[in-house]
Amino acid sequence: MATTETMTINMGPQHPSTHGVLRLVLELDGEVVVKAVPHIGFLHRGIEKLSEHRTYHQVLPLTDRLDYLAPMHNNLAYVLAVEKLLGITDLIPERAQVVRVMLAELTRLKSHLVWLACHALDIGAMTVFIYCFRERERIMDIYEKVSGARMTSNYFRVGGLSADLPAGLEKEIRTFAEEMPRHIDTYEGLLTGNKIWQKRVQGVGRISAEDAIDLGVSGPSLRGSGVNWDLRRDNPYSGYENYDFEVSVQDGGDTWARYLVRLKEMRESCKIVRQALDRLKPGPILADAPKIVLPPKKDVVNTIEGLIHHFKIISEGFKPEAGEIYQSVENPKGEVGFYIVSDGSARPYRMKIRPASFINLQALPKMCEGSLIADVVAVIGTLDIVLGEIDR
Amino acid sequence: MSVQSVVESLKGKFSASVLEVAEFRGETTVVVKKEDIVAICAYLKKEVGFNFLTDLCGVDYLGKSPRFMVVYHLYNIKTHERLRLKVPVEEKFPQVDTVSGVWATANWHERECWDLMGISFNHHPDLRRILMPEDWQGHPLRKDYPVQGPGREPYQGRLS
Repeated sequence: MATTETMTINMGPQHPSTHGVLRLVLELDGEVVVKAVPHIGFLHRGIEKLSEHRTYHQVLPLTDRLDYLAPMHNNLAYVLAVEKLLGITDLIPERAQVVRVMLAELTRLKSHLVWLACHALDIGAMTVFIYCFRERERIMDIYEKVSGARMTSNYFRVGGLSADLPAGLEKEIRTFAEEMPRHIDTYEGLLTGNKIWQKRVQGVGRISAEDAIDLGVSGPSLRGSGVNWDLRRDNPYSGYENYDFEVSVQDGGDTWARYLVRLKEMRESCKIVRQALDRLKPGPILADAPKIVLPPKKDVVNTIEGLIHHFKIISEGFKPEAGEIYQSVENPKGEVGFYIVSDGSARPYRMKIRPASFINLQALPKMCEGSLIADVVAVIGTLDIVLGEIDR
Repeated sequence: MSVQSVVESLKGKFSASVLEVAEFRGETTVVVKKEDIVAICAYLKKEVGFNFLTDLCGVDYLGKSPRFMVVYHLYNIKTHERLRLKVPVEEKFPQVDTVSGVWATANWHERECWDLMGISFNHHPDLRRILMPEDWQGHPLRKDYPVQGPGREPYQGRLS
């Protein structure tokens, strides 16, 4: 009888199906993956360490570099965490809350569009990739109009927003939110009934609900295993309890289930954006907390008190009382949280980021061991990981 | 079970190891002795239902004794409650028993804690560096590790 031995191969460090640098060491028996060991850390920038040396305001631009496909969500998580630490969560004005929710949901759409585009492309569907990027471009334009940047937005502030929405943007967002469901129909038309797509994703990368919870998987990857849990509904923040939306859950725990979960989630996001637009009333966008938020620009240039006030906040920052808090939001990838320890100074004493992708990636060996090497690409795609968030 | 009654039951069951209970901004923190951390975690998971370990990390209180705290963020997916456990760790023996037997997700968290903070975990199945290269010297998130890298003056920040 012929003897066989396993072969070890490297996938990566740079593979087109990963957003960033990830090396997988795969032990193969023929085409079957016997063992998969992820090696990460190639992008490590030490964001947690840097944060200890900056004031709370200065940390904000670091956070959107974590998950560069969903920057506003990471900003939001940080801003909410600092507001909780300061104890000003109740002071945030209604308009700021609604705009936050609206942009967070547009970000979810944007992130899911890149996921669908790249996931489909990894498996061989070119058209969906082009279509998804076409729609994503329109969200990028909205980003550019509100924050001045297309990727690394810096729009949310501790206490509210940096500026009001530009004139006419609400109409543009409404048109987009009303057109988007038809585009999602197109993607579904191209993929859901497609026999090739079904064969490549059904039964691939299976993980049970118990295993997924045990491994700390969160977000759509967990809801694909039938766990009905969404932070927007269950630990609401920014007034999510006032919106009417469904949490999309699928049994099955395979790549197909996660695909269906995310598609439904995109539709629900459109629904939330439309509800937010209906709620949007004129009003203040910054909390009434003069020790924390910057004074209006016209006071800064016209009065000496305003100038001094502005200078003090920029140069010294604000000092939350000593204590520790944890605040998380439902990122497109899962739960992203910030644990901040304050010692009463103007800088965080310790800031720990709970990244969703880092922990979801831990489930990858469990999901692909025993399946074919071609399925590894499908599993990486379905986890929707961003290496910037993993390595921090 | 509400968080309050969870804390009460912890006090009853592990009375010798609960050191402190703190409340801040509506969040409950329980400081426990490190010898019992695995037993307490197993109890909280099996009996109370904290089935999801959200996060695990270390905090360096340089100059204080004990120097380190290992922080566990627990979550209950059914009742949506959170609980924070903290374990003091001395500078001389920065070691805690692993909880990766209780929640598999602790595996990578503990590797990260070891890598960046230099707290090692007894009986961990695979304690290697995770974010830094294997031959890296030192543990970057410690307060006495310079932010600009080894062998350089500590960063003073932009003093205003």
